[in-house]
Formats: sequence, structure tokens, C-alpha cells
Amino acid sequence: MTSSLDATYAAPAAPGAPPSRLKARMSATPFRTPSAVPGFGLALGFTVLYMSLLVLIPLGAVVAWAASLGPTRLLAILSQTQTLNALKISFGISLAAAAMNAVFGLLLAWVLTRYDFPGRRLVDAAVDLPFALPTAVAGIALAAIYAPNGWVGSLLPFKVAYTPLGIFVAMTFIGLPFVVRTVQPVLADVDRELEEASATLGAGRLTTVFRVVFPTLIPALLTGFALAFARAVGEYGSIIFIAGNIPNVSEIAPLLIITKLESFDYAGATAIATIMLAMSFVILLVVNLIEAWSRRRLGHAR
Amino acid sequence: MPADPRQTLPAHPVTAGASPTTEPVAVRAALIVVALAFLALFLVLPLVAVFAEAFRNGVDAYFASFDDPDTWSAVWLTLGVAAIAVPLNVVFGLAASWAVAKHDFRGKSLLVTLIDLPFSVSPVVSGMCYVLLFGAQGYFGHYLQSVGVQIIFAVPGLVLATIFVTFPFVARELIPLMQEQGVSEEEAALSLGAGGWRTFWSVTLPNVRWALLYGVLLCNARAMGEFGAVSVVSGHLRGQTNTVPLQVEILYNDYNFVAAFAVASLLAGLGLVTLVVKSALEWRYADQLASGRRH
Repeated sequence: MTSSLDATYAAPAAPGAPPSRLKARMSATPFRTPSAVPGFGLALGFTVLYMSLLVLIPLGAVVAWAASLGPTRLLAILSQTQTLNALKISFGISLAAAAMNAVFGLLLAWVLTRYDFPGRRLVDAAVDLPFALPTAVAGIALAAIYAPNGWVGSLLPFKVAYTPLGIFVAMTFIGLPFVVRTVQPVLADVDRELEEASATLGAGRLTTVFRVVFPTLIPALLTGFALAFARAVGEYGSIIFIAGNIPNVSEIAPLLIITKLESFDYAGATAIATIMLAMSFVILLVVNLIEAWSRRRLGHAR
Repeated sequence: MPADPRQTLPAHPVTAGASPTTEPVAVRAALIVVALAFLALFLVLPLVAVFAEAFRNGVDAYFASFDDPDTWSAVWLTLGVAAIAVPLNVVFGLAASWAVAKHDFRGKSLLVTLIDLPFSVSPVVSGMCYVLLFGAQGYFGHYLQSVGVQIIFAVPGLVLATIFVTFPFVARELIPLMQEQGVSEEEAALSLGAGGWRTFWSVTLPNVRWALLYGVLLCNARAMGEFGAVSVVSGHLRGQTNTVPLQVEILYNDYNFVAAFAVASLLAGLGLVTLVVKSALEWRYADQLASGRRH
């Protein structure tokens, strides 16, 4: 008597699976779960069209151009001394700057989350300065400060501006907020009871911090490190004014791309861009893996 | 003490003395000093330097820097480019968040990942991909030349590059918030007889207005301040294809430092206003912005 109803509505659903009625209708329209809210076709259609025209096809052009060059020519271009050195400079100094940011970003996140001091909110807002200050503005300002006659440059016994050290300074500037903003929310979520438990069990404060608190921060710290690194590798505006841009010494990969484009060497520019795009995808993947790993291990992302 | 609306800062920061779950006062003070010194040296000093250098030769010299017609055409161009790019990305952000947050479909997470893609691409590569498409030797270069349309080294290229780099700002701000809000209010409006557009304008949009403003703010700041991507497609034609950041570069490279920093101070001012409004939104409407803080 009620069998048809049972079959449609009352079949026991596996835990986590959508209700069976939904399931039956989903299999009829496999792409989208039905909803009373209208406008799906228009919204998704526009989204996909806009994204394809403005982002996916242009990025596809880089990939297509690289593919038309073929692996042998790509490798030949990439093994030129100037290209190789630019990539080494970009990746190497980015790593160093990201490491610096991991240390000081963690410190800033710690101070901002754990301690109270006058002007804390102002300092918290100031962390976002590199996001708010246009890169060219930051670039000329850093160059002025660290130039041999600048505020900081004149105090230091060694040259910063127009050397690889200048690149490091600019990359540190641009990457700091990534670490702070990824670590901060996780640190705020750390259960203080764990620290109390650790203290009652006889651990000193250092032991508690290093063995109880920091391990929970590692995924966020790695994510922040990766984001700061990615940003530093691709950064252009804040670096070129302070770098000096001497080929093989202080010439970054993005600048070399522009130089090649300006001499209509599209192949050379594409080769370098391909490496940088590949790196972007690897970092995106790594960040996603870290988040998945941390969700599994610690029950939260970041 | 009222509860702090922001989740990332504790409502009651620990200020007690010898507690087993905080550090000794001296350690705390030392850590604060080191952190603030780092922040001042790396982040605040550049901002101060912009204004100090701009006013180095006095107020008159500062204002004289703006007598240059090329600077004014750069200002108008920047405003124009942002006036096209930002509204387009707002429409995109609303459409994308409506599709993603109010509906369930296959490939949703892929779509969300792709929306964030421009953030992980170097600005220079962002500009370059349009050169490969529309540049003189690009895929459509010959065709564009034959019909007399110029995109690269012209305003359309600047608009395209700007749209690319500011593409995710609005969408990534709206999607998490609208996902959190769910569809129950929309369903209520629909069941009471409102149409789709009416529901969107009177229910959905008011619910996300602060988050939308937040996204527009960040999108606009980046659109007006973008340097790398537009630098590739601009061609640096004075008075024609130079946006304000490119004008700063030209003045700087001409050793016209006061003028360069004076024009840069406009952008720094824009950045400061953005930062202040953004922080105000975060403090006042934390619950109506996407949960948590992102970059």
C-alpha cells in the first residue's frame, strides 16, 4: 500500500548521502541539484563565459605558445645563462624572503593575538600595508630608504639598494602579510586549555609553546610561507626600483620577461612565463594539500 | 570590556602577571618591541618616506609637480580604466557567487579554484598573456592590424590587464558569505511571490552589502595601483597610455624625484583610505563579512 511512497521517500539513506528523493532527481538531472532559487543558468553562463574570455583563454595562450615551441626549444631558451641566472635570483631570494617572513610573521601574529598593548588594532591594520600600497609606490619608497644616502642605507655599512639584498628587502615587504594573515586566525583558535594542561603536567612555558602550540600552527605557517614565496617570485613593481637590474646579478625573472617582450622575443618570454606558471600551479596544489592534511590531522583548515 | 567583534583577536587578551599560560613580562615586552620594530622598519617607513620625499622641497614644489599635463592625463586614464574594470568585476562577482553559493552543481569546487587563479599568476605574466593574443606577433595580431583595432599599447589592453589582476576580489569576498547565509531567505521571498530579480535586489543584495563594499574597495585599490600587468601592455606612451603608477615610474626614471613621489603620494593616499575603510568595515561589520580574515 505504501510501497511506492517507501521506495521514493523513505528508503534509508547512507550517512552523509543526500536524501533518496534528491538522489533520484539528481540522477535525472546529473549536472545540478534542483533548487527553487532561479537564475542558475544565467549566472553560471555569464560566470563561465566571462572567466573563459578574460582569464582561461589568455592563460591558455601562454600554454599554447609554449607547446608550439616544443620542449627542445623551451629547454634551449631556459638554459641560456641570463635566463638561468634570473630564475635562480627570483627563486632563491624569494625562498630567503619567505623564510624571513615566516619567522617575523609568526612573531607578529603571536604578539597581535596573545598580547595587549596600546595601538594593537592600529598595528594589526598596518600589517595590510603591502596589500594597500601600490607596488610602484612601495618600490620607489624602498629604493629611497635603502639607497646609500637614504634613511636606512646611510646607517648600514654595506650596500642594500641596487644589490640582490635590495631584492630581498622588497620581497620581504611584499610577503609579510601572507604569513601573518594565515597564522593569526589559527593561533586565535588554539585551545588555551591545552596550554593549561601542558603547564599542569609540569612543562615549562618554552616546552609548551614549542611542543603544544607551534605544532598546531605548522600547516598555517607552511601555507603562509608558500603564499609569500609565490608572491615574491612573481613580484615586479616593488622590486625593479631597488634591484639595480644588472643582468646575471640582480635581474629578476619577471623583468627579463618584460625585456624579452619589448624586443618582440615572444618565445623567450613564453619560456620563462611557463616556468613561473608551472610554479604557481605547484604552489596552489601544495597549499591545497597542506589544507587537506591539516583538516585531516587537526580538524580545521589553516 | 565589550567583546571584540573580530574573531582573530581574543576578547580578553591575557594581561595577568605570572601565569603558566603566558610569558614573563620582560619576554612579552621584548617580543612586542622586536615585532613592532620589524613592522616599522619594513612596512611603515616606506609609507612615511613617500610623503617625506614628496615634500622634500616644500609645499610649493609638491603642488608644482601636478602642473604636468601628462600627470593629469594619467589620473584621468586610471580613473577611466578603474571605472570600466571594477563594475565588470562586480557583475562577475555577483553572478559567480549567485551560481556557486545558491546552487549545487558538479565541478563547483573546480570553478571556485579557477576564480582564484589570477591571484597566483605573476602580474607580468597576466599582462603578457594578452600580448600573446593581441600583440603585433600574437595570435590575433595580424587580424587586428587588418581591421585597424589596437588593443596592446592602447587603452583596451590596460582595461583587460586590470580586469585580469582584479578578477577574484569581489567574487571571493561574496562566495563564502553567501554560502554561509544559505537559501532560506531567498526561498521565503520566492514563496511569497517575489520574482527572481526582485528576490536578488531586495533580499540577497542587502544581505551582502558590506561584503560587496569590502570587495569593491580592494578591487578598486588594486585596479588603480596595478603596475606590473599594465606595464606590459601599456607601451608607455606619455599622455596616452600611462596610468598613474606608470607615470610615477617615468618621473622617477627621469630623476624627477619630487614629482615622482608627489604623484606616488596620491596613490599612497588612496591606499591609506582603502586601509582605513577596510579596517573600519572589519571592526564594525565583522559578522557581515565573510567569516575569518583573508588576504
